[in-house]
Amino acid sequence: MDKNVRLMKGNEALAEAAILAGCDGYFGYPITPQSEIMEYLMAEQPMHRTGMVVLQAESEIASINMVYGGAGAGKRVMTSSSSPGISLMQEGISYLAGAELPCVVVNVVRGGPGLGTIQPAQSDYFQSVKGGGHGDYKMITLAPFSVQEMADFVALGFDLAFKYRIPVMILSDGAIGQMMEKVVLPAQRPRWTEQEIRELSPWATVGRTKDRQNNIITSLNLKSDVQEEHNRQLQAKYKTIIENEVRYEESYCEDADVILVAYGTSARICQKAVDIAREQGIKLGLLRPISLFPFPEAAFNKYAEKVKGFLSVEMSAGQMVEDIRLVVEGRTKVAHYGRMGGIVPTTEEIIENVKNLIN
Amino acid sequence: MSFETNKFNSHIAVPENLVYAKTRLMNDKPLSYCPGCGHGTIHRLIMETVEELDILEDTIGIAPVGCSVLAYEFMGTDVQQAAHGRACALATGISRLYPDKYVFTYQGDGDLAAIGTAETIHACNRGENIVIIFVNNGIYGMTGGQMAPTTLPGMKTSTSPFGREQKDAGYPLKMTELVAHLPGTYYVTRQSVHTPVNVRKAKKAIKKAFELTRHKKGVSFVEIVSNCNSGWKMTPVDANKWMEDNMFPFYPLGDIKVPSK
Repeated sequence: MDKNVRLMKGNEALAEAAILAGCDGYFGYPITPQSEIMEYLMAEQPMHRTGMVVLQAESEIASINMVYGGAGAGKRVMTSSSSPGISLMQEGISYLAGAELPCVVVNVVRGGPGLGTIQPAQSDYFQSVKGGGHGDYKMITLAPFSVQEMADFVALGFDLAFKYRIPVMILSDGAIGQMMEKVVLPAQRPRWTEQEIRELSPWATVGRTKDRQNNIITSLNLKSDVQEEHNRQLQAKYKTIIENEVRYEESYCEDADVILVAYGTSARICQKAVDIAREQGIKLGLLRPISLFPFPEAAFNKYAEKVKGFLSVEMSAGQMVEDIRLVVEGRTKVAHYGRMGGIVPTTEEIIENVKNLIN
Repeated sequence: MSFETNKFNSHIAVPENLVYAKTRLMNDKPLSYCPGCGHGTIHRLIMETVEELDILEDTIGIAPVGCSVLAYEFMGTDVQQAAHGRACALATGISRLYPDKYVFTYQGDGDLAAIGTAETIHACNRGENIVIIFVNNGIYGMTGGQMAPTTLPGMKTSTSPFGREQKDAGYPLKMTELVAHLPGTYYVTRQSVHTPVNVRKAKKAIKKAFELTRHKKGVSFVEIVSNCNSGWKMTPVDANKWMEDNMFPFYPLGDIKVPSK
């Protein structure tokens, strides 16, 4: 079969990939720079292709709670937004995590705080990886750095979400969402039938049958010992995820004096910076975390005692760098270089900072 | 009360109706509600409806935050518990993905008419094919009797200790009249469950609401004006009397919008 190769925007590729992933429902609210996701879905009318529902909600709060309803009923459901809208969803995400519901949430990050800017940023790392909403919880967080990965991470996100009954965040940024690139689209996956949902997700509220008790989706445990036990189970699940679902990519790290650490748009610029630095005789490498939670700790341990330092390059005031420091534990230098407010770092700035780190 | 049968009540006054049996779909767990509260009765009417219509395999309920947050502990249907105010968004999600299912929300006045106003109005405006059961007792019961959007003028609560003053706290919100104006609502009614006659009327309304979702013409919205004797600081009997004298004039019982034949 011929490959389905297209030239698409990151946001559009993600939307098309959602249809192809057998997604049952998308619920969203417009916000720049990710509105193309819902625009594409509305124009594509996936109800006629796969039966997928697309609904424009009255707010991000409503969107994430429509996702909660659909996820609680065993469907593959998703929403997308950008930073201010994702802040509004935090209550719902906490409930999804507490009730252990699978879903995909996409954040095409823009600069903050507040209304900030519509330009790309990576300043929602803490919010995605450390919690964001209330309570002790985690989301699996995947960081695409190409239009191809915007497409690939939708199906992967649903698979992980259902494997662990956990919300999955695709943490993109305005540049990845808006740029056009070649993408190879996957084959169409079928949507699950109600019978398949009843078998695959026996916990789902699809309607009680005679052979079982009523299913209840809730995050409420009024008894402290029950709530603590629930928390212990969540933490055990996160531990399993840390053991099994780490994803990262490394290039030129084996002989590197300095390793750049970057994800998303920053990682693309770092790739170029590595090429330029190598031409200048600087042994530079790149470690690109793909899963931000679980964080690729083993990769850092491999090089912590071999390199002169790690340089975290982020479009933020320095968020991921804290996780690197936690892993490295003083074994080598850990520095940060970041731009904010929607400005992307340049290769020159990065190499300058590498030189400062070495000297 | 006479049980003499005539042509008007012969369908009601049959022997099997003279004694109410326990509804199979109500669990055995003792209700957590205060003695005299309407919630238990309303739960039962919904479960009777699901049982009589034989739609258990296709019914999903949404519990709110409030006194009835634990409704799923008593109701035998599949239930999702929503964040405060978001029940109509959950119901929208489920109903859109399962258009042939019966999806109902069960919400108090704080949940539906304060924090969940946007979700309620927009679900009604989109004409979601859901049943909304709105229990209005004019107060926040679970958190200890604070002022609600539906608290009557002059009514004392723990956050309006000298009585609700309109210049500070605005006016009670008549959500049911409000949503009746929206073309997306199909059937809108206001009932109570404080007397046997009203229980029967409320049951009819709830059953009708569920049956009408088969038409897929929009929201069926059933408000139940109820008491909160604990929050109102009255005996159950006094609370019912106070409700008749004060709540019903402001929130009159009866159908507000019925589908044309």
